[in-house]
Amino acid sequence: MARFILRRGSLALLTLFGVSVLTFFMFFAVPTSPAELQCGRDCRPAQVQNIERQLGLDQPLWTQYGQYMKGIVVGRTIGQGDTAIKCEAPCLGWSFRSSEAVSSIVGRALPVTISIVLGGAAMWALLGVSLGFISALRRGTWIDRSAIGFSLAGASLQIYFVGLLLQVLFVYTLKWLPTPTYTSPFESFGDWIVGMILPWTTLAFLNSAIYARLTRAQMLETLSEDFVRTARAKGLPSRQVYLRHALRAGITPIVTIFGLDLGVSLGGAVITENVFGMPGVGFTAAEAARQLNLPVVMATVLLAAFFIVLTNVIVDWLYAYIDPRVRLG
Amino acid sequence: MTDTTEEEDFLRVDDLKVSFATMDGTVRAVDGVSYGVRRGQTLGIVGESGSGKSVSSMAIMGLHDAKRAEITGSITVGGRQIVGCPEEEVRKLRGQTMAMIFQDPLSALHPYYTVGRQIVEAYRIHHPNASKKEARTRAIEMLDRVGIPRPDKRVDSYPHEFSGGMRQRAMIAMSLVNDPDLLIADEPTTALDVTVQAQILDLLEDLQREFHSAVIIITHDLGVISQIADDVLVMYAGRAVEKGTVEQVLRRPQHPYTWGLLNSVPSLHGDAEADLVPIKGSPPSLLNRPSGCAFHPRCPYAGQNGDRSFTDVPELLPVLDDVGHSVACHLPADRRREIYQRDIAEAGVAL
Repeated sequence: MARFILRRGSLALLTLFGVSVLTFFMFFAVPTSPAELQCGRDCRPAQVQNIERQLGLDQPLWTQYGQYMKGIVVGRTIGQGDTAIKCEAPCLGWSFRSSEAVSSIVGRALPVTISIVLGGAAMWALLGVSLGFISALRRGTWIDRSAIGFSLAGASLQIYFVGLLLQVLFVYTLKWLPTPTYTSPFESFGDWIVGMILPWTTLAFLNSAIYARLTRAQMLETLSEDFVRTARAKGLPSRQVYLRHALRAGITPIVTIFGLDLGVSLGGAVITENVFGMPGVGFTAAEAARQLNLPVVMATVLLAAFFIVLTNVIVDWLYAYIDPRVRLG
Repeated sequence: MTDTTEEEDFLRVDDLKVSFATMDGTVRAVDGVSYGVRRGQTLGIVGESGSGKSVSSMAIMGLHDAKRAEITGSITVGGRQIVGCPEEEVRKLRGQTMAMIFQDPLSALHPYYTVGRQIVEAYRIHHPNASKKEARTRAIEMLDRVGIPRPDKRVDSYPHEFSGGMRQRAMIAMSLVNDPDLLIADEPTTALDVTVQAQILDLLEDLQREFHSAVIIITHDLGVISQIADDVLVMYAGRAVEKGTVEQVLRRPQHPYTWGLLNSVPSLHGDAEADLVPIKGSPPSLLNRPSGCAFHPRCPYAGQNGDRSFTDVPELLPVLDDVGHSVACHLPADRRREIYQRDIAEAGVAL
C-alpha cells in the first residue's frame, strides 16, 4: 500500500514538471513582450532591451525556466541593481501592473475559490448521489421521474442564468440573504456560510445532474449483482444492503468524476466567481488575461494544473482504498 | 437428537406458483410444485435452465421482489409460513434459520470486503449482542471447519485472493455461521473444477451430518445428485415431472425427460465410444408454454396415448409398486417399462 502511494505520488510530480514546462514555453509563443508592457507607452527599443536584460528575459528559455522554478522553491530576486525586487518563496513572478508579488494576488484569491468549490462540491455530490440513490430504489415511480427531471433541468441550465435568478429572488425580492461576499471562515464562520450559500446552491443545482444519473445507473447495475443477493440472503436489512453493499460497489466511477470536477473547479470557477462577483482564482485569471498580465495568468494556469494533478493522485489513492483489487496493480 | 420434528418435514412446499409480469406477458416460472425436506435429509432438484428450480428456492428464501413476482401456494419453514409473510419477519429467518449458497462464489462474495468481515457481518446481524471480537473468533472457527488452511491469517484476505474452491468454502462457512436448519445450495459446484467439486460435495455432506440440517441441492448435474442427495425432484418448465429417492429416480426412472437427462451423462463404466444422446430441442418458453404435457414437443413418445399429451397436463401420480416414487406422464405404466427396458436401461445403470 505504501509503495502504491509512493509510486502514484512520484508519477504525479513528473506530470507536474511536464505541465510546468509546457505552460512556461507556451507563454513565449504569445505575441506580447512583458518588457514592453512594463515599459509602458512611448517606449524606445533601447529601453525595452534594458528591461529585458534586467528581468533576465534575454536569457535562454531553459535558464529562465530554471529561475522560475527556483523562485517557487526558494524565492529569487527579479531584476538587477536598485530596481531589483526581492520575491519570497513561493515566488510565482511579479505583477508590474499592480506592483506586487503574484503569490500575494493568488494568496488572496485562493481561499475564495476553495470556499466556493469545496462547499459547492460537497453539496453537489451529496445532492446528486442521494437523488440517484433514491431514484434507483424507486425506479419507475414518480419519485424517480421527478428526481431525474430535477437534475436534468439543472444540467441544461446555465450558471449565469440560475445564479442571477437565485440572486434576484433571495437577495433582492425576498431579502432572505445578503449579497454573496467572501468572509474568512476564521473570522466569522456564520458570515462565511451566509455569504457562500447562494454560490453553493447554484453549483449544487447545476452539477448534481451527472452524479444523480451516474449513481442511479451504478445502483441499478450493482443491485442485480450476485453479492447483493448474498447480502440479502444473509438477512441484512435493506438499508445496509443498499448502502454497504450496492452503493459501495458502484461508487468508483462517481469518485473519479468527482475528483476531476473538483480539480478543474479548484483551478478557478471562472463563471461562478464572475456571476457572484467573488474575487477568486478564476475571477483573477480572467481579469489578468484581459489586461495581458502574463505573470498572473501563468501562475493561475500552473495552479489549475497543480490542482488537477493533485486531485487525480488523491482519486488514485482513494481507488486503492475503495477497491482492494487495485492495490495489486 | 430424536425429537418429533425428525419425522416431519422441516421445509414444506405446497402447490407453489411463482409468476412474473413482464412486458411480453406473464412468465410462469414455477407452476404448482410440492415437496418436503426433513432435517438431515438432502433433496436434489434437477432440471435445465429455466425449469424453475432456482426460482422456487429463491421463493423459499423470500428473495423475490414482492412488486414483481406473484407467489401463491404455501411454503413453511419450521412451521412458519413464508408466502405472504411480512418482509421484516422473513429477513430475520434468512441467514439464521435458512441459508443459501450460490453458484459462482467470486461474484457472490463482495469484492471490496475481506472474507472475514463478510462472515462477521452475517453472524452479527443475527447475534446483535456479540462483540466484534467474538464474531471474528467465530468466523475463524468456521473457516477452519470448512477446511481453509491458516484461517487466522486468511480471515483477513479478500475474495480475489482465494482460489475458486476456497471461495466456495468461505461461502459455505458464511452460510453456516448461524447454524441454519435449512441450507439451500444453488449449483454449488458448477463454477468449480471437477476435483474441487468432489471436495466441496464431501464437505457439504460432512457438515450436514454435523449440523443435522435440511439441505436442498439444486443442480443440472445428475452426478452431483447421485453423490449427495437422498431424494430427487426432477423439474421441467416449472413443474415436477418425477419425484422419488435417488435409487428410484436414477435406477428406475419413469419419465422420458429423466431418461433424456440420464442419456446425456457420459458413463465411466459403459462403452466409451457410445455417443451421448442429447435431449432434442430446447427448454420451452415460459411465456408460451406448450399445451398439455410441456415436454411433448421434445418427447419421442408423445402421442402414444391418444391426444392427451397435447391437451391434458399430466398429474404427478404414484408409480405402481414403488412406494414414494411418482411421475407425471401420460404413458401407461407398462408401456413406460417396456420402452425403458428396450432403450434406456443401460444408461440408468451407468450411474
